[in-house]
Amino acid sequence: MMPPIEHVLVLALMLFCIGAVGVLVRRNIIFILLSLEFMMNACAMVFIAAGAKWGQPDGQIMFMLILAIAASEVAVALGIVIQMARRFRTLDVDAVSELRE
Amino acid sequence: MSEVLWLVPTIPLLGSIILLCTEGRLPKLAVAVIGSGSVGLAAICALYVGTNVIGTGEWHYAETLWTWMAVGDFNPSITLYLDGLSLVMTGVITGVGFLIHLYATGYMWEEEGYSRFFAYMNLFVFAMLMLVLGDNLLTLFLGWEGVGLCSYLLIGFFHSDPANGYAARKAFVVTRVGDTLMALGLFLLFRELGTLEIQAALDSATIAWSDGSGINTAICLLLLGGAVGKSAQVPLQTWLPDAMAGPTPVSALIHAATMVTAGVYLIARMQDMFMLPGPAMHWVAFVGLVTLFISAFTALVQTDIKRILAFSTMSQIGYMFLALGVGAWSAGIFHLMTHAFFKALLFLASGSVILALHHEQDIFKMGGLWKKLKIPFASMLIGSLALAALPGTSGFFSKDAILLTAYQESSYGLLFWVGAASAAFMTSLYTTRMILITFFGEVKTEPHDHSRINMWGPLLVLCALSIGGGWLGFMVLASYMGDGGVPLEFHADAIALLTIGVPMIGILLGYLIWGNRAIPVDKLATSSVGQRLQRFFHGGWGFDWIYDRVIVNPFVRLAQVNKSDFVDLMFTSIASLTAGIHRIVTRTQTGELRWYATNMVVGLLLVVLIVIVQA
Repeated sequence: MMPPIEHVLVLALMLFCIGAVGVLVRRNIIFILLSLEFMMNACAMVFIAAGAKWGQPDGQIMFMLILAIAASEVAVALGIVIQMARRFRTLDVDAVSELRE
Repeated sequence: MSEVLWLVPTIPLLGSIILLCTEGRLPKLAVAVIGSGSVGLAAICALYVGTNVIGTGEWHYAETLWTWMAVGDFNPSITLYLDGLSLVMTGVITGVGFLIHLYATGYMWEEEGYSRFFAYMNLFVFAMLMLVLGDNLLTLFLGWEGVGLCSYLLIGFFHSDPANGYAARKAFVVTRVGDTLMALGLFLLFRELGTLEIQAALDSATIAWSDGSGINTAICLLLLGGAVGKSAQVPLQTWLPDAMAGPTPVSALIHAATMVTAGVYLIARMQDMFMLPGPAMHWVAFVGLVTLFISAFTALVQTDIKRILAFSTMSQIGYMFLALGVGAWSAGIFHLMTHAFFKALLFLASGSVILALHHEQDIFKMGGLWKKLKIPFASMLIGSLALAALPGTSGFFSKDAILLTAYQESSYGLLFWVGAASAAFMTSLYTTRMILITFFGEVKTEPHDHSRINMWGPLLVLCALSIGGGWLGFMVLASYMGDGGVPLEFHADAIALLTIGVPMIGILLGYLIWGNRAIPVDKLATSSVGQRLQRFFHGGWGFDWIYDRVIVNPFVRLAQVNKSDFVDLMFTSIASLTAGIHRIVTRTQTGELRWYATNMVVGLLLVVLIVIVQA
């Protein structure tokens, strides 16, 4: 039995906001990446819900796409994290702010 | 006919290109051979084409090389056009030009930039040939500007002295005033007649404006403005005396034999338009009259030998303008030719004197040179006699023809004759002064003559031409332009006798003043009025003074006020505005990841808000 779409959307919005707040307030880069995953999954959930509501396969296709993007994003991001840890001996993003005018 | 006319301007151009591209790495001898040989070859080609053209019995010959550009109906071609007028000019440019080049190979031997010198000289000859051979006013203008450029380069040839650079700039800027007027004239001509081809333009002008027209007069006066600038006539004459800063062969080539005659050529070329009813002819004549009068007086008080010759050049070109203005076309062109002979001779001979005295140009520091410098003395003497128009010399035939034709002019004939004859008197006076002070009297500086055959050879040839050139003129010019050529018949009336006698009186008076000093002029010269007059004449009747006050100084002051350039303000304000925004925006680039993320979130929220509010 499918829950009403509004519930799913509210859940997705909450997840997205949690993710966004996490990105903004956390300073550890691992947690920022985690929060990003939250946000992406919130979007993915909206796609699934919309696809189910209109009986279209597009939502699931988009979900697969987002999954792939998230996987590749994590691969790249973890590479950056490792480099950061090696070069700066820290995971604090505020400490790494040399790229500026 | 075999088409070799195109070779005439091409060979000097090639010579110039070779010399420019090798940048002085060639040995001096090779430079001398290329530099003078190219002009010599051009002279031979010109002679060949000339005899062929005369041989066919037709008086013109055109050779189209290619179309310059094609824009709609406007498609000027590069066409070389040879008729009596351009044949005379080509002969003078290549012939006298070759002699001057040959002389320069010796004169410039010790100087730096030998190769550069000949590169410019060849380029100059090329430009001048394009000027006289072009059948199109656009080609003529190309040569006209090329001549201006080369004169700039050559006047400032000794570039280590800033004064020479100043003289070069002055020549360039002053002639530019004339060039601008001429360009305006060409625009007007093109707008009215739709063509710049000389023959076509003249033909349609004579049909369209046969009763005279303001537009025709305007075009003629604008062209006259260009001619006045290039030919150093009043009021644009001030550049010529300063242009003597260049090496002496340059003065001979540019400021006596060829470049300054470009204006005379232009007016003679456009004569059909000038002859249409209107005041244009009188303007030409008066410009010539005023110039020849003013510069004859100025030449009398100069002390620099080259400046004397410079002012006499202005004066003689004034005669040519007068001749053109009274319709004596062939007499004017005839005088152009004889003047090229004897003025080149005078300049080259004075060059020998200057070189022998280690670059001394003040005639009062010379004296008694005639025994030591026999060939320069003889050349100078013959040149001066021709300049003073003594009977038998080439200058006599041409100047006599001008004076007599000027007298017959219907409205101002007597005025023209009196002015020109008194200037002829002054001419013989200052010529005598120059010869007597330079070559006679006590020796003041010991000369060291080290001229070679390549220097005195051209002098001898030019001597022969200065004497015999008058007879040559009748042969070439006899059937030229259909105004009956130079009047050969001679009326023994008072005017004719006076015309012949005036120069002799001048020479006699000159001898009495500076020769045996029978007439003391020192008292007059040292009195306050005399000194003031002398200063006035010496400064060229104050033209430089007036121009400095009226044009140069206000302009300099304006430039000082406007140093920061208020037009630039618009562009600099755009630049500083951008820089200011840049400074503000760079504040946002902190390098902090979370700050960027916050910005994105805020931006996203704003967009969402806008969408919601709009919906």
